[in-house]
Parts: sequence; structure tokens; C-alpha cells
Amino acid sequence: MFKYILSILVTALLSFVSGLYLPWWGIAIAAFAVSAAIPQKPAYSFLSGFLGVFLLWEVLAWWIDNKNNGILSQKIAYIFGLDGSSLLLIIITSLIGALVAGFAALAGSYGRRIVFHAPSSK
Amino acid sequence: MKFIPFLISVAITVLLVIAFNSPWGKIPPIGKFLSPQHGFWQNAEPVDKDFGQDLQLPGLREPAEVYLDERLVPHIFAGNDADAFYLQGYLHAKFRLWQMEFQTYAAAGRISELIGPRALNFDREKRRLGMGYAAEKAVVALEQDSVSKAEADAYTAGVNAYITNLKESELPVEYKLLNYKPELWSNLKTALFLKFMSLDLAGAEDDFEYTNLRSLLGYTTFNKMFPVKQDSLDPIVPFDTLSAKPGLLASHSGKTPHEAKDGWTIYPNMSVRGDSIWGSRLIPKPPPGSDSAYLHSTDTVSVKATKPDRDNGSNNWAISGKRTKSGAPILCNDPHLGLHLPSLWYEMQLSCPSFNAYGASFPGAPGIIIGFNDSCAFGFTNAMRDVRDYYEIQFKDDSKKEYWYNGEWKPAEFRYEHILQKGEPEYVDTVAYTVFGPVMYDKSYSGNRLTNNKYYAVRWKAHDAGNELMIFNALDHARNYSDYLAAIKWLHTPGQNVAFASKQGEIAICDQGEFPAKWKRQGDFVMPGTDSSYAWQGMIPQDENPIMVNPERGYVSSANQYPVDPGVYPYYLGGSYPNYRGMMINRYLNQMKDIGIEDMMKLQTDTYNLFAEMARPVLLRNIDSSDLNATERKYYDLLREWDLHYEAEGKGPSIFKEVWDSLTSIVWDDDLEKDNMPGFYPHESTLLEGILRDSAYEFLDDVRTPEKETLKQDVNLAFKKAAGACRQLDSEGKLVWGKMKATRIEHLANLDPFSRLNIMDSGGTYAINSVKEDHGPSWRMIVQLTASTEAYGIYPGGQSGNPGSPYYDNFVDNWANGKYYLLWMMTKDEETDKRVKAIIRITAL
Repeated sequence: MFKYILSILVTALLSFVSGLYLPWWGIAIAAFAVSAAIPQKPAYSFLSGFLGVFLLWEVLAWWIDNKNNGILSQKIAYIFGLDGSSLLLIIITSLIGALVAGFAALAGSYGRRIVFHAPSSK
Repeated sequence: MKFIPFLISVAITVLLVIAFNSPWGKIPPIGKFLSPQHGFWQNAEPVDKDFGQDLQLPGLREPAEVYLDERLVPHIFAGNDADAFYLQGYLHAKFRLWQMEFQTYAAAGRISELIGPRALNFDREKRRLGMGYAAEKAVVALEQDSVSKAEADAYTAGVNAYITNLKESELPVEYKLLNYKPELWSNLKTALFLKFMSLDLAGAEDDFEYTNLRSLLGYTTFNKMFPVKQDSLDPIVPFDTLSAKPGLLASHSGKTPHEAKDGWTIYPNMSVRGDSIWGSRLIPKPPPGSDSAYLHSTDTVSVKATKPDRDNGSNNWAISGKRTKSGAPILCNDPHLGLHLPSLWYEMQLSCPSFNAYGASFPGAPGIIIGFNDSCAFGFTNAMRDVRDYYEIQFKDDSKKEYWYNGEWKPAEFRYEHILQKGEPEYVDTVAYTVFGPVMYDKSYSGNRLTNNKYYAVRWKAHDAGNELMIFNALDHARNYSDYLAAIKWLHTPGQNVAFASKQGEIAICDQGEFPAKWKRQGDFVMPGTDSSYAWQGMIPQDENPIMVNPERGYVSSANQYPVDPGVYPYYLGGSYPNYRGMMINRYLNQMKDIGIEDMMKLQTDTYNLFAEMARPVLLRNIDSSDLNATERKYYDLLREWDLHYEAEGKGPSIFKEVWDSLTSIVWDDDLEKDNMPGFYPHESTLLEGILRDSAYEFLDDVRTPEKETLKQDVNLAFKKAAGACRQLDSEGKLVWGKMKATRIEHLANLDPFSRLNIMDSGGTYAINSVKEDHGPSWRMIVQLTASTEAYGIYPGGQSGNPGSPYYDNFVDNWANGKYYLLWMMTKDEETDKRVKAIIRITAL
């Protein structure tokens, strides 16, 4: 449980840092690296990557939106056919990032298994 | 086999990243776009954002400060001219980058690069008209003059200083939506922007429509439907019928009058009723045989679609201190243009040792365009002249390599227009150039206008090299009337009525531009291009442009009406000239006494419909009120009781419009339909003046029926039809004028959520406050030139071009309600004023 929560938090933190220096897909590298470093079952790795970025993007988008009084998110939500719902846009935003990070974390988890268990698995 | 799940999960991740990093049709790359640290969320600026910062910029010569006030208007204090223009470029880019680049893409015919082949026809039109060709010539002219070169170079450097340091997350949201990046700015882009304005203001013509009508109706009938003069004429420079006393027209050249006749004072270089006193000057003459070969020609050109906006217009006036409460002159201007977001205008103050100017600037060009400095104020309305004509070219064959001109085959030149298209290979448009200009229409391109296969070259004044940037530089520096005179000479195209007032008490207006000297009807129709006989014979000498200085009546004004009585001016003016706004302005200004700023606000936002004042009595007189049912009676009463103002909440303006539109189609449709030209109606003033003059106006008859229809029959039919339409609108709640007009300010890329739609506001076509559906007063400005200038203004937009900023459209509601902001000409020692919200301090890198 501790590893699980730790993974989520570290994924979120590392993803945030990657966002300062890398393009948006830096979250995939961050999630991959975290699950490769912290051993967990693949399903848990997926979930921690998914949730880490979901939470990060959710909080960031919500924070930005709040400071902006929802001016832009409503307009974008109309352009995307979401009937002006900022909330829906924030959720979709988070899901997109979470999906990428989840699969990247899964890959990290399987990658770790290859590296650390490959010799003994025969 | 532990590799398999690994590879699968890696593959899924990579595919997701690629999928979310790529655009799908109109959907932007979704991952990139939604990322809170990169995408559109970064454009959602905090409503209390602090714009203050310390900057180091390369190329700046001296330290400078920019003070942003509570409306986000920047007040630039620079150490020299170049730094001022550099910082203006930097701020234009900081707040309006996407717009300024998009407009130059549009001007250059490059929209297909952004949105693909659906913009191809739009782009080809710009290319074939020679927009790029014209801009390239303008850059050469601009760079030949050391002052304009230095100004444009500094501006370009400022824009690029911003673009170069722009992070991906800071890109304006439109770049993220359309998934592209800005290019570096250049002087060519500035020139393209100015050509974009020329296209809007000096690009109108109805040559093909007129040609067909003339051929199908015959010149005599055409001439009645499209006369070159209006009965109710109140020209900008009153020469004749409406001016009361000699001496009204002062010569701009300072020469004394040398001849007086019938109580009129005649000045050098002016002629009255054909008594030419022009000396050896150019007087354009029609070519021999043009009467039958041109005016009465029956060649048709098969028009398919038309889209003229004849009401593209504006108001400006300047009032002498003799007529004002303060004793100081007042200058007012409200240019009416297509309304968009982000706005065409960006408000700012430019201050440096050589000048201190405040007003509206164009993101895309340096200088203050409409505004004031410490000595004077200046404003513009469009001159409306026709400076775009067509010539039919005879090519030897389809290769377009040679064309017949002055008795020989002359080689054409070619310009290859490479149009890049998003998602498609590039399109190469080959355009032949003749002595007249580019062959805009040919077998490959009809622009929805022509279905025959003839070749038409376009002669457009905007193709001639000019250095228009200099008029703004010179006006920003101007101190008095003679500076103004020198400044306006730089303006060749688009022709403008330039109003001026100074603290020395001078007021003036000049119908300025370099206009072709035309003979009557020259260029109204497509002209033969096989020799030089129909070519423009020269330009009207600059000092023969109509001008009025310090008139006795105490004001000068313009509202796109005829600059002078076309009966007395020796050159044919062409174009079309709405007259009612101008008459209204002059009516009010003649009556007003002790004029103050509040009077000017009322005048600029006045909604009185003079056209309806003249037309309604004819309608009411002819409607048989005993023959109306209850519904018709209701609308009849509303029409009769209407106070003639375009009030947003009223139904009168809508009912009048319905009735008049219905009458228009009843009167003209039969004449135009038989020629397959429905909808291209004569000017409203033509019908109104026709029925005012003569109740048996010849066009009232429906030529499709054996009966001879009368005015009474037409008006009653029109009213009953209109009443039916009104009932329908009423039931939908749309008969209220503000709902019917439904003013909208659209985003430049037509994105509705970035637009302001359905604005309930008063005003309309014939009112001084000429707000229409998507067109209207784009910048209202009032400047009182007291010792300490007092100025007010507003435009329908906001200082930020970012749809995610509270400053994006925060002026719109106040604009719609006719309110104004105080225009603060800040001084350096007001740094601690509470209106200063942020300070940007800039030093050289």
C-alpha cells in the first residue's frame, strides 16, 4: 500500500517536473521511470501511473481554471462540443494524461521484470 | 516470454502518445492541447495576473518603461523613436501575435497553409489580385526612405524579440487549436498588413455587375438606375448648392483667390461648372468612339454572384474653437469597419523625445493611426473612390504568352504563386501580368464571377508603390496645419478623408489619396484592353484634392459622401457614396452651440434615421389605411408612431426596414430578374429620390404584367407583404430591432465561442451610429484640444487578443451602450498614479 501511494505521488511529482522541461509526453517517461524503480504488480503500476497523472492534471487544470474564473475552459468546452462544461473538460484532460501515463507505467513495470528477473526465469 | 507484455504495453504507450500528439481533422493534437503545462490551459490567464516584469531585450538602444493601466493600455516611454517603435512591435506581439500574423496570411493568400484546400479559392483571389506583388513593391518604397525604413526595422525587431523568446506553452491559443507556429516578422508582413487595409478600403468595385446591367438594360436605363449624382447632396467640401457664403472654401495652398463669379470664390486649381481654370493641367478625355464602343456596348460578362458592401463607411468631424464651450477645437472620428475579435485596433501611447502620441494602432504596423499628440488630433473616413478597374485582354493563345496591345503582340510576364495546402500538395497558380496589371480572371479562375472564358486584367491603385507608413509617422509628429499638409501627401492608397484639428485653432479636412483622373464613367464597366486608349491617363494632382480649412461655418465633416459636387469637380469620381449620415451630422452641427464633449458623445451614438424621415411620409401617404386587417393595422400604427430612432428595444425600425426592403424588391425585381440579376439593387437613395420626384416613377411598373402599376399599388403590396413578415418575426420575438439586427463580433477564425454574438444595441445603417450586423463604429474617439488635452474613446473589443483573458472583450458591453473611456495621456511623473497597474522595465541585452 505504501509503495502504491508512493508511486502515485512520485509519478505526479516527476510528471510535473518533466512538464517544465519536456513536451507534454514527458509524463510517459516519468510514469515509466517510477514504475521501473518501484516494484509493484503490473496492475498496481498501471493504476499508480494512471492516478498520478490523473491527479496532477486534475489539480493543475482545476487550479488554473479557478484563477481564470473559467473564462477559457468554458469557451474551449463549447468548441469541443461539451456544452460549455468546464468540469467535463477538466475530467477529459485528466483522463487523456492518465491513460498515457498508465500504459507507460505498465511498460515500466514489465520492463523491470525483464531486467531483474530475466536470468532466473529459465 | 516476458518480452511480449512489455512490448505490447510499450507499443500502446507509443501509439497513444503519437495519436494524442497528432491532429485529427479539425481536432488539435489532443494530448499537447490539453496538457495543463503546455496546452490551452496555459492561456487561461489568472484574472488578477500581474503583467509587470523586468526585461532585457536585444537591439534596444536605451532603457525604457511601459506602464500598463487598468484597461491594459500600454504607455510606452522610450529614449528615441526607434525604441518606441521597437517596443510597440514587442507589445503588439505580446498581446496580439496570432491576429497580426493571421491577417498577413490572409492578405498574402496563405490561409490554405493553415486549414487546407477549403481556403484555396480565398487564397487564389488574393494572389491573382496581386496582393503579394503590391506588398513587395511597397516594401521597396518603404525601405528607400531612411525614416520609414528605420521605423519598420525597429518594429520588426521588436515583434521578433517577442517571437524568438516565446515558449511553446505561451503560444496564443489559436496556434494550439490550428497546430502551427508563428514565423518571424518582416517588413514585408507590415506591408502586407497595409495592403490588407487597402483591400478593405480601396478594393470595392461593381464593374462586372455594372457591365452586365448596362448591356442588358441599355445605358440609358442603367444610367437612371445607377446615377452618378444624388438629389440630396451635402458634399464634404460644399462648393455650390449648400454653401452659404463665399470664402467657405479656403485654399490649402495659401494662394489668394483670383476670380469670383456669381458670389462664389474660386481658388486656383479649382473649376466651376466646366469653366476650366486648370491651365495646362491634365483633363481626362474619353477615347474617341467610346460612346458606342463602351457606354452603349452590349457585351456581357455573365456574373454569378455579388457581394458588395456599399455602406462601408465612417464619420469624422472637427469643430473650431469658435463653436465649442471650451473655446478649443474638438475632433471626433468613428471609422466603421468589419467588427472582429481580436479587434483590428490596439490602444496605446507612444512617448519619446521627438513625439508623444496616443490613440488606436494597428497590430501589424508601427505608429498611432487614429489619435492625437500634444499639438493636434487626426482622424479618417474612407474616400470611397473606385480605384480598381478591369481590362479585357486578347491573348494570342491559351499559353497567355503574348497579348495584343497597341497594334502588336506584347509578351506577358508571369508570376508563379506557390500556394501551400495543409494535407495536400502545393498548388501553383500561374498569373500573367500585362501593362494594366495581373490577369485576375481567366479560364482557370472565375472567382465565382464569370462563366465565360475571357481574360480580365485588373488595374488597381494599390499596385503602385507608395509609402503609406509615412503619413502616420508624420501625423504622430505633426505640430500644426502645415505639418498636416505635408503628412497627408504620403497617403496614396487607400484614399481617406483626413480630418485635422490643432491647439493653434486650425481645423481642416482633405479628401486625400492619389486618385486616377478619370473621364465620366471610366472604369464603371469592364474596359477594352487591346490598346492604351482606355487606360488611366494620369493621376489627379495632389493639390487638386478637395480640401477645406477653417471654414466660416466653424466645422469640417465627412461621412463617406461625395467629397465635392460631382457636377463641378473636373474629374469623374466613380465609387458609391452614402449621403444620409453626412447630412445628419451637418444638420446637427449647424444647430449646435457651445459644443461640449458630452454633445459629441451624443452625436457619435445618435440613432436617428434620416432616410426613414424622408421615406416614411411617402409610404404612409400611399398606404390605404381603410383596407387593412387588424394585424396590418397594428404594424401600420407602429410605423406611423415610430420616433425614427433605431432603438434596440423598438419595433419601428424593423417594420420600416421590412416595408422598404419589400418595396425595393417589388420595384426592381422585375427589371433585374429578366436579366438574371436578382438582388443587385440600385442604391436606396435612387428609389427614394425617384418616388419623391415623381409618383409615376418609370420603374414602378412591373414589366411582367400587362397592367401599369402605380406607386400606390406598389406601396400597398409592399406593406401587406411586410406586415406578414413582421407578424412572423413578432411571433418569434425577433421584431425588436436589437434582435433583428443581432450585431455580432466574430472571432477572426469564425470560432463562435471566441465571438460575441447577439449584442442588443441601438443604431443602424443610416444613423450616425451606423451599427449593423457585423459592421460598425470600430473606434469612437473624441479629442478636445484644450491646453491639457481631454480625450475619450472606446472600441468593441479589449486590449488582449487572448480569449482566455478578462481583457479580451471587456470593452464590448460599454461600447454597445454608447459609453466611453477617458483616454489618459500619461506623463512620466505620473508613474505612481493609481491607474498604473503594472510596470515593464526594459533594458538592452
